Amino acid sequence: MGYFSIQAAVRVDVINQSSPEQNRKRSKATRAWRDRVFVVGFVAAIVIGIAGLAALLIDVLVDGLPFLNYDFLSSYASRKPLESGILAPLVGTVWIVGMTAVFTIPIGVGMAIYLEEFASKNRLSRLIDLNIANLAGVPSVIYGLLGLAVFVQFLFNGSRNVTAGALTMTLLVLPIVVIASQEAIKAVPSSYRDAAYAMGANRWQVVKTVVLPQALPGMMSGIILALSRAIGESAPILIISSLVWVTFVPASPDSKFTVLPLQIFTWISQPQHEFRGIAAAAIIVLLAVLLSMNGIAIWIRSKYQVRSDQ
Amino acid sequence: MQQAAFVTNRKGIVALVSLLLISAIVACGDGIASGGGSAEIMIDGSSTVFPISQAVAEEFRKQRPDVQIPVGISGTGGGFKRFITGDTDISNASRQIKDVEREEAEANGIAFTEFVVAYDGLSVVVNKANDFASCLTVAELKSIWEPGSKLNYWKQVRDEFPEKPLRLYGPDTDSGTFDYFTHAINGKEDASRSDYTASSDDNVLVQGVMGDRGAIGYFGFAYYSENSDLLDVLAVDDGDGCVKPAVSTINDGSYSPLSRPMYIYVNNFSLQREEVKAFVRFYLENVGELALEVGYVGLPESEYQAQITGLNW
Repeated sequence: MGYFSIQAAVRVDVINQSSPEQNRKRSKATRAWRDRVFVVGFVAAIVIGIAGLAALLIDVLVDGLPFLNYDFLSSYASRKPLESGILAPLVGTVWIVGMTAVFTIPIGVGMAIYLEEFASKNRLSRLIDLNIANLAGVPSVIYGLLGLAVFVQFLFNGSRNVTAGALTMTLLVLPIVVIASQEAIKAVPSSYRDAAYAMGANRWQVVKTVVLPQALPGMMSGIILALSRAIGESAPILIISSLVWVTFVPASPDSKFTVLPLQIFTWISQPQHEFRGIAAAAIIVLLAVLLSMNGIAIWIRSKYQVRSDQ
Repeated sequence: MQQAAFVTNRKGIVALVSLLLISAIVACGDGIASGGGSAEIMIDGSSTVFPISQAVAEEFRKQRPDVQIPVGISGTGGGFKRFITGDTDISNASRQIKDVEREEAEANGIAFTEFVVAYDGLSVVVNKANDFASCLTVAELKSIWEPGSKLNYWKQVRDEFPEKPLRLYGPDTDSGTFDYFTHAINGKEDASRSDYTASSDDNVLVQGVMGDRGAIGYFGFAYYSENSDLLDVLAVDDGDGCVKPAVSTINDGSYSPLSRPMYIYVNNFSLQREEVKAFVRFYLENVGELALEVGYVGLPESEYQAQITGLNW
């Protein structure tokens, strides 16, 4: 509405052909008005976004906080909602995310460095870039089926273990890490590289001493996003593990496991109302794990950034 | 200059490596408090039967903490896929094993035993504001739900009903509840009209029927009994008068044809193992009571006894 009336006003200006002085005055007023409209629009967008998020968060906190205590964190799931705990899925989630990080970071960063710094820009590398971008959009359940066929059945001979889950998650989040790392590497000014080359550095020395340190904050952002996605995925884990009642914590990369999103999903679909309360409590724990993990990564990033500015 | 670059570089690497290390430590640090028990009974299959097997396994583990019993929810079909290759010891199922599955199990040299462990009474529910419908015949239910049904007003179901819009809520087509209801009411599995609000989450269906005055829907008995103050359940007339789903009518089989049995399938080779044998016996002895606790209905006691004595212990 507002936008159209502005357009109409501008058009009237053009048609009127009044004195340039009058014209300038009017268009100035129009511009000021237009400016205000957009400011209001942007503020509204922020308010709607934050209000929606706040409403969700408050709803979860109100439902879940009464159930959140040490027993909830330290016991296993039960048919009785009030005796239920999340020890197994909590530790399972930490395992999956930790191992996914171990697999994803070297492979993802390595791929990005190769594609940006070493690979020649030809049709093949463009094709690879395009495919990585497409892979980032593949539904996660597809990766679950792939992981079941390749990792569980082929690699681990039917064992549905933590490693198979983490490898599947690695495939799922790798495109995110690669794309973010590529962008971070692209953002390093080529004059830096030229300077290093001018001083006689070879390609690996340039990457090691110039590109990687400069690109690291951007890469970290990508890694944070990727692991945040891995922590919230339930569909691939439902296919890889399928377990929702586990009374042990994974002891080795070869253990069976379950994860928080799967436990939350199971509780929410139970008929008893109390299960929705403990599902909300589990969501709070999931958020806490996610935030503390991101907090560590952001702390590492900011620590490094400050030093590099000096 | 060169040195400055070198320092920056080293810190970058330190940051990256420390993130890796933290991840690795976090990943490995929790491995101390492991399960310990070496005996394991692997259960997978129907998510509908899951609460029953979980309840039994939970109680069994109070006596036998040395036995680990992880329970999965791959679905009845997904569970059988694992069961017939010998991957699992017990398969939860909300339907009987199909012939193709049975043949594949035989081809793999897997013999098994079927047990009926509990009943679920599929409950047909309407909105609280619906004060005219209290009982429907199987034929009327069929006229509502059969493929191609054009009934859009309650009056079309029965003449004495008012001219109110009729809106349908039901489980999605992947669900075992859907399979059973379509088979029992429409006479053919998976044959259903498709213009209804479908959800795989029964709690969503509860919400839907609660908020829609013209609604009719169906789901498992547990979802009705947990929400009996928010919904009205309809009696079903199978020719012998109107019967409402209740623990007693589901238990004695008078709530027909919408009472459906829940099964577990046990691998006979696994059944030779001491802990599996003990677990199955414990299952049949205690599931009647435990099923009730999680919203299902047990069989008459004699039927459990028959299944126990039917085995050579």
